[in-house]
Amino acid sequence: MTTTTAEAETTVDARGATCPGPLMDLIGELRAVDTGTVVALLSDAEKSTTEVQEWADEAGNEVTDIVDEGDHYRIHVKKL
Amino acid sequence: MTEHIAIVGGGTGGTVLANNLAEKLDAEIDAGEVEITLFNDGPDHVYKPVWLYVAFGQRDPADGRRPLRELVDDRVDIRQDYVYDIDHERGELELVDAVEPVAYDKLVIATGSQLDPERVPGLVEGGHHFYGEDGAQALREELLTMDGGHIVLSVIGSPHMCPAAPLEFVFMVDDWLRERGRRDAFELTYTYPIMRVHGNEHIAEWAQPRLEEREIAIETMFNAEAVDPEAGTITSMEATELDYDLLVAIPPHTGSDLIERAGLGEGGWVDVDKHTLEATGFEDVYAIGDAAQTGVPKAGSAAHYQANVVGQRLASEVRGQPATAVYGGKTICFIETGMDDATFVEFDYERPPAPSEPTRAMHWSKLAYNESYWLTARGLL
Repeated sequence: MTTTTAEAETTVDARGATCPGPLMDLIGELRAVDTGTVVALLSDAEKSTTEVQEWADEAGNEVTDIVDEGDHYRIHVKKL
Repeated sequence: MTEHIAIVGGGTGGTVLANNLAEKLDAEIDAGEVEITLFNDGPDHVYKPVWLYVAFGQRDPADGRRPLRELVDDRVDIRQDYVYDIDHERGELELVDAVEPVAYDKLVIATGSQLDPERVPGLVEGGHHFYGEDGAQALREELLTMDGGHIVLSVIGSPHMCPAAPLEFVFMVDDWLRERGRRDAFELTYTYPIMRVHGNEHIAEWAQPRLEEREIAIETMFNAEAVDPEAGTITSMEATELDYDLLVAIPPHTGSDLIERAGLGEGGWVDVDKHTLEATGFEDVYAIGDAAQTGVPKAGSAAHYQANVVGQRLASEVRGQPATAVYGGKTICFIETGMDDATFVEFDYERPPAPSEPTRAMHWSKLAYNESYWLTARGLL
């Protein structure tokens, strides 16, 4: 489910999905947005925090924030 | 009053469910209390796993196609039409070819996956695939004409149908070339979108040393961004560029437009309770198979098991009983590891896959299952 938020231009809600689903959903969204766009990924899979960072480093994108929201993580990634 | 159960999609899930319901509710159908309709946009049922073998000249597309009418119980009405939209308030289906909408009491979405290669520029022109009849035949022709060169298998779409198939292809093409004494003339490369060679880490751990041992080069974190057919290159979002002589791609997939149009989910996948398979927020609507966003692989075996669960639930509901059957995520996959060997995995929401040592017997079991699949579709196996 994708919704607009104040902090990020789009949000990919991958809660409930197991790895690598959240990362793949994020990559799919980043494919579609313009350079400079910040996408928020919501994931309750702890591995997402490391997998997203690792992928973003490789792909040359920037993880701008990782927030522990209690029952899930909110990970902001800027497309560079 | 007659209760109408509508099933949209005549693939594995829809066909197994239709036959399952015809058997479970035979008395109710005979008494005129229940009607079952299976909607499909073509006359045939297609068994997609055959296509992998088409690419190697071992099967023909016709081996994977049979008329739905031959497979589905006579008590099920088959309508060849495209369901365009769903009016949830009225409980009606809008069809493309019929003027009047069709009322339903229970609805099951089993619309499967489609390929969407246009999402990657140049892929249609520059890539081959084995995820369709025409694609598999074109790939067979290409493989037969190559004397040598670089074959790149790139997993682009995720999720995609049959998550084991990309590994199967590279293992099979490696073996196929070795059997013909041609392996030295070829380079093989396997690319995958994330940091390991398969989405499931247990499968990835099993597969990686096997790829390495067979000198199949690995490029992980490779998300194809564009294909240049003229230059023979594929470039990733991670700025890696590979030259290829033959690109075999797992194209991006999408679900049916119907699902988004009807508000059942995004990307063509229905938001469901992964245990009951009920569509989130909608009464009397289920989804099974690839269309259901359960997190399990988009595989025929999952669709088959889900169809049995929904069959039980619908039969209970029709009889006014509580529906208690739940889906535990069960999936089974045969994985070819060459032209003559295979392994097998069985897993669910709680238990991860644990591939065993490949054997010739398992390969023959897979081929035997491919033959006996038609009994599965009929609801007999």
